[in-house]
Amino acid sequence: MSIPSIASARKSWFARLPVVSHLRMSSGLQRGMLIAGLALSALFIFSALFAPLIAPFDFAQSSDMSGDFPRQAAPDDKFIWGTTVTGYDVFSRTMYGARTAIWVIIAAVLMSLFVGVLLGLISGYLGGWFDRIMVVLADAIYAFPSLLLAIVMSIVISQGQSSLWGGIMAAAISITVVFIPQYFRVVRAEVMRLKAEPFVESAQVIGASPWRVMTTHLLRNSTRTLPLIFTLNATEALLTLAGLGFLGFGIEPTAASEWGFDLNRAMSDATSGIWWTGLFPGLAIVLTVMGLTLVGESMNDLNDPRLRRFSRKKAQRITQAGAAR
Amino acid sequence: MTITSQTGETHSPAPARKPAKQKGGGFLRYLITRFLLIIPTVFILITVVFFLMRVTGDPITAAMGGRLTPDQLAIRIHEAGYDRPVLIQYIEYLGQVFTGNLGRTMSDNRAVTEVLVTYGAATLELAVNAVLVALLVGIPLGLVAAKFRDRYPDAVLRILAILSYATPVFFAGLLLKLIFGVWLDWLPISGRADWQTELALTGLQNPSGIYWLDALRSGNLNAFGDVAAHAVLPALALGLLTGGVFLRLVRTNAIGTLGREYVEAGRSRGVSEFRLVTKHAYRPALIPIITVMGLQIAMLLGGAVLTETTFEWAGLGFKLAEYLTARDFVAVQGIVVVLAIIVAVTNFIVDVLAALIDPRVRY
Repeated sequence: MSIPSIASARKSWFARLPVVSHLRMSSGLQRGMLIAGLALSALFIFSALFAPLIAPFDFAQSSDMSGDFPRQAAPDDKFIWGTTVTGYDVFSRTMYGARTAIWVIIAAVLMSLFVGVLLGLISGYLGGWFDRIMVVLADAIYAFPSLLLAIVMSIVISQGQSSLWGGIMAAAISITVVFIPQYFRVVRAEVMRLKAEPFVESAQVIGASPWRVMTTHLLRNSTRTLPLIFTLNATEALLTLAGLGFLGFGIEPTAASEWGFDLNRAMSDATSGIWWTGLFPGLAIVLTVMGLTLVGESMNDLNDPRLRRFSRKKAQRITQAGAAR
Repeated sequence: MTITSQTGETHSPAPARKPAKQKGGGFLRYLITRFLLIIPTVFILITVVFFLMRVTGDPITAAMGGRLTPDQLAIRIHEAGYDRPVLIQYIEYLGQVFTGNLGRTMSDNRAVTEVLVTYGAATLELAVNAVLVALLVGIPLGLVAAKFRDRYPDAVLRILAILSYATPVFFAGLLLKLIFGVWLDWLPISGRADWQTELALTGLQNPSGIYWLDALRSGNLNAFGDVAAHAVLPALALGLLTGGVFLRLVRTNAIGTLGREYVEAGRSRGVSEFRLVTKHAYRPALIPIITVMGLQIAMLLGGAVLTETTFEWAGLGFKLAEYLTARDFVAVQGIVVVLAIIVAVTNFIVDVLAALIDPRVRY
């Protein structure tokens, strides 16, 4: 076991970055999956960042100099992915949709990470009645269908209708509430395990305050598994946002573009054979979720030595290095 | 399991106060302890939902706001008792829930319990169909993936499993509708049955509400065919989503069991590879599936809400979406609470089943 740690200590900071180190570690099929995931995620982030440059029209634009856009027009030269029933350009809306999605993902993951980790730390370290109440609460919320909880939360936050930021925050907070128990459970379990370790006890003995023990000694050691939950939750956040939007609980179409809402509108188009209004936003969701999932899964497998697969050459190199030592 | 001692004190002191860690605790004790655990879960969920829904204001303003003058609103609110302190309302609501009264809907003035009974059967039917699809797809493919671990069939299946997770049910539904309903014109794309069939089935004496069952009971084969045709696409959309989860689960577990000594022993006795996979490795790999199926029920119900809306399948989820658009929060609250109770009870049943199969679970 000492070999990888010594080897990694010698590598430059660049090679030790999470994704880069995973890429170097991987081979064959695993590498293919990781690269495919990274490519899809990059595409997603790219369209989110440069949506205004890529998209020929605004997301809520239904006319230009030459007059109103045609409604439900099939893809052609001007509207490469066609137009919707309200005359919006599907391509532009899909690009801008990445923006909304990325904001919700960032806000949701950051908030649930912050609150969940904090509660998990405090609950696990202090124990007692606070811990018990938190565990019961977290279990109850965890068992609840997440979409229903998100619906209830979005009623609470925005009464169901909203502007751009109101909508993004409503979706993000709804999703946060669903995810807090997951982070809470992971961190609490780790803290409970670490609490009995000698280094925590010695910190207590030399008089470190509970806060210091929590933030310096426990926090760093209990957050190793979080990047994996992070990618999984990013995908769940996106799917929940789309689900909310599909039920009409998302963001107003004129305030921002949202894939789930567009799919809702596309449902009635589908019955008359109009495929382009639904296909493209749907594919955008699928590809983004797939990209993030592939990255998360590959990193998970690569972090677990039992699941890691080496190419034959690399395996040989490692065994030789082990023999030489 | 810190929860156990907590509940024991508040709800029923006798059986649960005994530390659950006691070794050799019988099955009955496990059953009782586990059953008592449902109470705080359901209680917390009801409380959370009640207060969250009430934070935003009373249901009457939400439903009628804008359509009535402020004076009229105030009168309606006073009549319904929504101007009293929240705590009193809460206690009253708890009492109502325990006597099986979930209030009346605002938009169409029906008892929420009646709505639940009328539309619950449709959701049950959809859920059962979807689980069947999921099992039929997930288990065989999972075994194939395990058998060909890290080779091409496995790679393809893993990507398919991720794809099934990544596709929202409503997008899968849209594609299925487009392909099988519009382009190929093989299957109907919405509803649970044609209106003639629907009329024939609801006219039966005490119908179960589960259409294929009613059709079979009345011996109406045309109706059965119609109902079955309507059920295919929704079951596929929801079932494939869950099937992907089962696939991965079976794969992981079968890989574990395929590496065991008894499988190797079977192989050395000359048992065929097919039999090794389908008999020796398969059975023990099924146990975790039962547990995960319980966890999946929450996802299934969430997915059912979306699937029903996609296919206009008149079940609880479809009604929930309707009430949401109508801002009828009494109905929403009732449906959400009942779904939460269903999830809690299912988890209980699943845990008991798991304990029956594997005695080590009874801690």
